[in-house]
Order: sequence, then structure tokens, then C-alpha cells
Amino acid sequence: MADAAVLELRAVEGFYGESQVLHGVDLTVQRGEIVTLIGRNGAGKTTTLRAVMGILRQRRGSVRVMGQETIGFLPEKIARLGVGYVPEERGIFASLNVIENLLLPPRLKPGGMSLDEIYTLFANLKERSASSGAKLSGGEQQMLAIARVLRTGADFLVLDEPTEGLAPVIVAQIGIALDAIRQRGMTVLLVEQNFRFAAGVSDRHYVMETGRIVDMVPRAELGGSLARLEAYLGV
Amino acid sequence: MSLNGLLAQLLLGLINGSFYAMLSLGLAIVFGLLGIVNVAQGAFYMLGAFLAWIALTHFGIGYWPALVLVPLLTALIGIVIERTIICWVYQLDHLYGLLLTLGIFQVMQGMFVYWYGTAGLSYSTPHALTSGHNLGFMYLPNYRAWVVAASLAICFGTWYAIERTRLGAYLRAATENPTLVRAFGINVPLLVTAAFGGGVALAGLAGVLAAPIYQVNPLMGGNIIITVFAVVVIGGLGSILGSIVTGLALGLLEGLSKVFYPEASNMVIFAMMIVVLMIKPAGLFGTER
Repeated sequence: MADAAVLELRAVEGFYGESQVLHGVDLTVQRGEIVTLIGRNGAGKTTTLRAVMGILRQRRGSVRVMGQETIGFLPEKIARLGVGYVPEERGIFASLNVIENLLLPPRLKPGGMSLDEIYTLFANLKERSASSGAKLSGGEQQMLAIARVLRTGADFLVLDEPTEGLAPVIVAQIGIALDAIRQRGMTVLLVEQNFRFAAGVSDRHYVMETGRIVDMVPRAELGGSLARLEAYLGV
Repeated sequence: MSLNGLLAQLLLGLINGSFYAMLSLGLAIVFGLLGIVNVAQGAFYMLGAFLAWIALTHFGIGYWPALVLVPLLTALIGIVIERTIICWVYQLDHLYGLLLTLGIFQVMQGMFVYWYGTAGLSYSTPHALTSGHNLGFMYLPNYRAWVVAASLAICFGTWYAIERTRLGAYLRAATENPTLVRAFGINVPLLVTAAFGGGVALAGLAGVLAAPIYQVNPLMGGNIIITVFAVVVIGGLGSILGSIVTGLALGLLEGLSKVFYPEASNMVIFAMMIVVLMIKPAGLFGTER
């Protein structure tokens, strides 16, 4: 299993114009793992995900996805390796209705969830399938953003703050979805501010500070490392 | 005034409106996806009419094949121009795209003025559509009826393709958030080029339809594009349905003003534009960005 990591970043640097945001990020995600990036605001977590997806144009270093070097790839080519992206702002298209949003991303690999399976996971989406994407609540938007990539057969998901600003009952529902994702053997890299949520779903936690990975805590060591993690997060 | 005169002007208005609708539709697609205010659309309309004339005069290719071949050729020429020239200004302010396509428009128009002069060439109506019908209250030439029917079909077909199909969903999504659409594995640059080709093909097709009605003249694009821009502004920049409805409605309005107050017929559309901009700056069907 350890032969080819699903994601391997080595010395990744990223820039927005003149300013450097990522200062040599190293991290690895193995097949079937759920890995969380935690850290304070502005540490470079979202930028790291954007660098993985190739949306961040100015990136250097090595980004291997499914064993393939992708540093020179355009975003559409990276996605076709089987990567599903759920952006922080959720990216629901207002000019498309719910079902159009759901069916928008093309199939990348066989074995994606069927619409029935998706509706079992997120019953709200079925009821609202004819609504405009702009009319959904924040929670429904997040469910749709996740559901959208589950259909495509992507086996590596990149999720940016899936619980941000959501009511506890919705957060619980997203947690159930992540369990289902894990059971299907999918791999997840997740940015999450809600540490309690992250602790519940993740196998490992990478801690980011000022554009670098400064620590890594596996689930088993979580209990003994809480004080250290709280110091990083400044809570 | 006579009822016949009124109906004749309304028909003329409907025909003009059909061309406004087809041309502003192409503008709306291209503006929505590329952010380019494509002034050259008028030149592609003129090019369509000339290609139809050249095909008939020099190659013996008649109207019906031209109806298919000319839009394809126009799209091809448009795609080459998009890939080699227009693609450089996407990252810049809209104004640069407008200036660049205005320049392309001038070059294309200038070439045809140089080659063919401004006297205009005639293109005969296809045989199958030469006669007409007496409707009792007016005489309806078959070709004019065909132009209205064809352009309505083209407008509805384009609307359907954009609002109801999967490819249309890609187009709408890429208009909203191209980066995310790429991150789903869709080749957005290819989609953009195809959309430009499609918008230009609509202009070429309108040019072929126009050839038997208006004279084939290098200046025909410049004459119509000003009005088409007013249509696009009134309908709402980038709105598909807005372009169609406004194009037809303003053609009719223009026809009506020719009956009741001919002196105003050249400015009624622009007066309308001023009123709409004062009340609803985003246009009748547009949304504020």
C-alpha cells in the first residue's frame, strides 16, 4: 500500500504575485487515509490545497498525485487523475439548478456513487433538485459541493473547510458522509478549523505555520498531544 | 394610415429584429464567457454575406449549401483570430477587448471595401422561395417568411442548447467560475474557443440569411452593429433570453415608429436605451454584477 502515495508534496513553494505564501511544504497522504491540515488563519492551508489542484498558478517544487508528477499540469489534467475538489467558498453555480450542479463535473473514473446513494446520504438535495443553486442554505450548498464530486468516481478528495459556518446538525451529517467516503476506501485531504470535527474523522493531522508543515500528529497520539496542538492553534 | 402599411412595416421590423436577435445572441455568448465585447461580430456578419456571394459567384455553390458551409467557414476564421489575437487580452480590462475587436472589425471591413467597393452586390433569392403569398391584407414574400421562421428557430435552438443541455451547463458554469470548472477536469480554454466559434458562426449564418434581402455590402456590418449594441445594452449584457426578446421587440418598435413618426425611427432604439439605462442600469434581463 505504501508503494505509491496518493499525494506527495516535496518542498512546495507557492506565490500570490510577489508575495510567497508557501515556503517548502512537505506532506504525504497514503491511499485510504483521511488527513487534516490544521493551523491558524493565514498559515497557508487553503493555498496548499490550491497548489495541489493546480489552481495556484505560481507553484514550485514537486506535487505527485497518484505517483505522477503534476507540477507542470493544468488544473483540468490534475482533476482527471481522479481528484475531486470542494472549495472553501463551495462554488455552487447560481445559474445552474441543483441537479445541473450535481451532474456538472464529468466522470473521471468508474465506481462513483449513484444518484440514489447520494440522495440517501443527503436527502435534502433530492427535495431541492429543481431549485436554483443560489437559493440553497449554507448547509445544503456544502452537501451539494461534496455530493458533486462523489458522483465522479474521484478516489482522492480535497476538501476545504467542509464544516465552516454550519449548524451542528449539518456538521454531523457531513461527518456521516465522511464515514461513508472512508468505507469506500477513498482518500481525503481536508482543511479544517473545527478541531473537534477533525479529530473525529482524521487518521493524521498536519500542523501548518507560516507556509510550512511544522508538526504531524497521528490519531493514536492525539490524546497526549492536545496541549501541544492547542499551543499551535492559539486556542 | 392604412392597415396594410402598418402590417408591412411590422413585418419589416420583425425581419430587422430577427437579425438584431441573432447578432446580439452571439455577442451575449461571447461576452458571458470571454468577457470580450466583440465589435468584430458585425464584420463576421458582413463576412457571412460575402462568403455566400463568393461561393455562388465563383464556385457555383448555391444558397442552401452556403447556409451550412458559410457559418462553418466563418467560425473557422473566427477561431483562428481568437487563438492568435484575441486570446491575449482576456486578462485585461474589457476596454482592451473592445478596442482590439474594433480594430479587427476595421481591418476586415477595409479589406472588403478595397476588394469590392461600397456600391453593393446583389444576391438573388433562392428559387424555392422566390414567390409569395397574398394574405388578403398584405403580400408576404416567401423569403421574408423563411427568414423570420429560420431566425426564430436558430434563436430558440441556441437558447435551448445553452439553458437545457449538458454542454450549455458547462458554458454557464464556466461563465460564473472558470477556475472551478477546470478543477472538475473540464477543458475550459477549449470551451472558450468553441463558444467564440459558435458566436461567430451565428453572425455568419445571419449574413447568409441577410444576403438576398439587403445588398451584400462591406458596410452592412457597421450599419447594424451599432443598433445591435443598443439591443445588447437594453436586454442586459450577457443575457441569452434578453438578447432574443429585446432584438425582436426593438425591431418591431423601429417598424412601428416608421409608421407613426418616421423621423424618429433612427433614434427610437437609442432613446429606449437611455430610458432603460436610467431605470435599470443592468438592462431589462440583466443582473447586477
